[in-house]
Amino acid sequence: MAPEIGHFSLALGLALAIIQSIVPMLGASKGNLLWMHSARSLALGQVAFVTLAFLALMYSFIVSDFTVRNVAENSHSLKPVLYKVAGTWGSHEGSLLLWVLILTVFGAAVSLFGRNIPDELKARTLSVQAWISVGFLSFLLLTSNPFERIFPPPADGNDLNPLLQDLGLALHPPLLYFGYVGFSIVFSFAVAALLEGRIDAAWARWVRPWTLAAWISLTAGIALGSWWAYYELGWGGWWFWDPVENVSFMPWLLGTALLHSAIVTEKRDAFKSWTILLSILTFSLSLLGTFIVRSGLLTSVHAFAVDPERGLYILALLAISIGGSLLLYAWRAPNMEAGGVFKPISRESALLLNNLILAASTGIVLFGTLYPLFLEAVSGEKISVGPPFFNNAFIPMMLPLILVMGVGPYFSWKRADLAGVYQRIKYIAVLSMLGTLLIWYLVKGGPALAYVSLLLATWLLGATVHEWLNRVRFYDGSFSDFVRRVQGLPRSAHGMTLAHAGLAVAMFGFIGSSAWKSEEVVFVERGSVVEIAGFQVTFNGANQVRGPNYIANRGTLVVQRNGLHVTTLYPERRFYPAAQSSTTESAIRSTLAGDLYASIAEPASEQAGNSEVWTLRILYEPLVNFIWLGSLLLVLGGCISLTDRRLRVGAPKRVQNKKTVVAAE
Amino acid sequence: MRRTLAFAPLVIALVVGAFFLWGLNPDRDPNEIPSVLIAQPAPAFSLGPIPGVPALGLSRKNLVNNEGPIVLNVFASWCVPCRAEHSVLTSFVERNGVTLFGMNYKDKSEDAARWLAELGNPYERIGADVSGRAGLEWGISGVPETFIVASDGTVVFRYVGPIVGETAIKKFKTALVEAGAIKGDQN
Repeated sequence: MAPEIGHFSLALGLALAIIQSIVPMLGASKGNLLWMHSARSLALGQVAFVTLAFLALMYSFIVSDFTVRNVAENSHSLKPVLYKVAGTWGSHEGSLLLWVLILTVFGAAVSLFGRNIPDELKARTLSVQAWISVGFLSFLLLTSNPFERIFPPPADGNDLNPLLQDLGLALHPPLLYFGYVGFSIVFSFAVAALLEGRIDAAWARWVRPWTLAAWISLTAGIALGSWWAYYELGWGGWWFWDPVENVSFMPWLLGTALLHSAIVTEKRDAFKSWTILLSILTFSLSLLGTFIVRSGLLTSVHAFAVDPERGLYILALLAISIGGSLLLYAWRAPNMEAGGVFKPISRESALLLNNLILAASTGIVLFGTLYPLFLEAVSGEKISVGPPFFNNAFIPMMLPLILVMGVGPYFSWKRADLAGVYQRIKYIAVLSMLGTLLIWYLVKGGPALAYVSLLLATWLLGATVHEWLNRVRFYDGSFSDFVRRVQGLPRSAHGMTLAHAGLAVAMFGFIGSSAWKSEEVVFVERGSVVEIAGFQVTFNGANQVRGPNYIANRGTLVVQRNGLHVTTLYPERRFYPAAQSSTTESAIRSTLAGDLYASIAEPASEQAGNSEVWTLRILYEPLVNFIWLGSLLLVLGGCISLTDRRLRVGAPKRVQNKKTVVAAE
Repeated sequence: MRRTLAFAPLVIALVVGAFFLWGLNPDRDPNEIPSVLIAQPAPAFSLGPIPGVPALGLSRKNLVNNEGPIVLNVFASWCVPCRAEHSVLTSFVERNGVTLFGMNYKDKSEDAARWLAELGNPYERIGADVSGRAGLEWGISGVPETFIVASDGTVVFRYVGPIVGETAIKKFKTALVEAGAIKGDQN
């Protein structure tokens, strides 16, 4: 019964979406308030029906209803309940349903919380959002019905991929989608503004919180996904420049650019057409990601089952939404009048540079990701573009950004006093150089690029913290004054400091774990000793242990440093008989200084007499945990900024007060 | 100018979209990435024979100036799929007259000798790559892998994984025909 209810709800959701895509839009152009206001109940109705459908599918997964093809193919009665729930979005159909659900959630959220948005803009925005809904709901119903039945139903489900039974993996798609699809509302705002022909500071202020919310979850989703890859895949890497990683990273890069250019539009009424273009492109890249993952266009470890018909349908949706919005942009953007003027040395210029670099890096990632396709189409040659390209092209691009990022917040709007800024930051520059020299003296050796990056990361951290301390006038006045000023500072300022510092912290992790990583892959027998990064690791053999639904070979590794016992690691190689597949359970000793990471693999020879020989892979990744710590700070900074009164939707009066305070500084 | 520039994003999107449309062709398999060795001369290597196995050793000079193309198969006794593939390779040698060389990858000589004694030895020459060094030169990603080397020593085809099952055999046979190792109508 549940599948039928779900299917029917989806159809009702589509019907509401169709109405929502027409009526409020017409109302906005005719000035009919009733029609405009219908968007609200329509958006709420839509989210209710799609949620019902989603819950119906989840229910089918939880009770293991194998008459539903989707459940039979992607679940198994032996799966733990948590992973049955997560199975709801594990398949192409289910994840697309989640996609649509989030789409409608954002529409409903705007209709509920966007009280201060003018009726016309809101009505148009919600109509545009409904256009996207219509596209994807019809895609779901016509080509990828998640509720399709099979007869006769199989006795048990098909899938029990143990690799995917992991909490981080189960949770990162919803977060990632929330970010990914969240940019849809920004897109809708941009298209609505283009249709209306009016883009001003107020528009940017309404859009910013939604951009920020999407950005926060995208950041969290990417970090969680990379963390999963790090500890579960057993390769010890946290980023592989895989196409599917790239397609989530590109909206993040461009979304970050958008976040900053919207500030300029809000505060200075400048960069208007650029902000609009970024809003369109960020969501276009999200759509592109959805397309690439589901069309089998590029080779990747993550791709869903491939179906050319589906690929064509999404491509058509892409053509209509991206092509249509860019056409509208080409038509309307030239008419937007330019806003506030600024000098070459100013906050605006710094943010412009930020935007240029972020956009160019997005271009590099996009080019690298699609290059195999371009080349194959033009010359028939097949290649894969791997980390060397991305590292060589992307990292040098990012370094100037970090430099600007440190100094940018010191600049004032319109025209900055370069000499004054120099006075305030020269010590930071000297200190970060001394710090880097000290590290060089202590560590000795390592690539030059690592030291340059290290210098910039230290610089960014120092400059960011110093700027904050200056703002709250930590260096003069009493402690109680300081506390009062900390409380008085707008939350968005705290948020910026935290997020910028977070990037610096994450950079330490990126640098440490890429430049000073040590790795040993050796065959070991009982009693073998491996030396790595000052640790002596003794292999004390492997024994078989039995888990709830697997059999594992568990190695025992005694780790010592300078003769003192540090820890004992138990890496496992698990075999799941039901799924007929194996996973690597690496053992990690985590400290802030670095991770000692061990994994074992099948004996080098499958001969019975030789089963005591194992392939041991042992890595030392210095500072790797700073990556997740930094990501956490980025997310936290975003969240704090989101609670800023100025961004809070529905507090228009306070906005005025705040603005004068900020301007007075 | 401003007006023209505003069309740039649209034009770029359309170009990218056209590539996508091309890429959706269902006959395309993006997962197939050929070896960099294709159309390159075989790498330099020199391997001794497996002790206790009558077949001769293998080095680069054995792969050039041959009368016809050579099939080079990388195998190991510890590799289970190799066992499955063995009969397929044997039948290519026995029924189609293919010249088959082998590279015994990271194996113990007594294990390899026992394996060949048990299953039969279709290889004309076998190089024992105990250290895996030659395998590195050939850029193999695992065992088994099979290469077709033209008579002048140029690598013309690479197959990753066991040649087992109808599709794989058909594909490999097509490659053999294209390389001139067997005739098209042969079965």
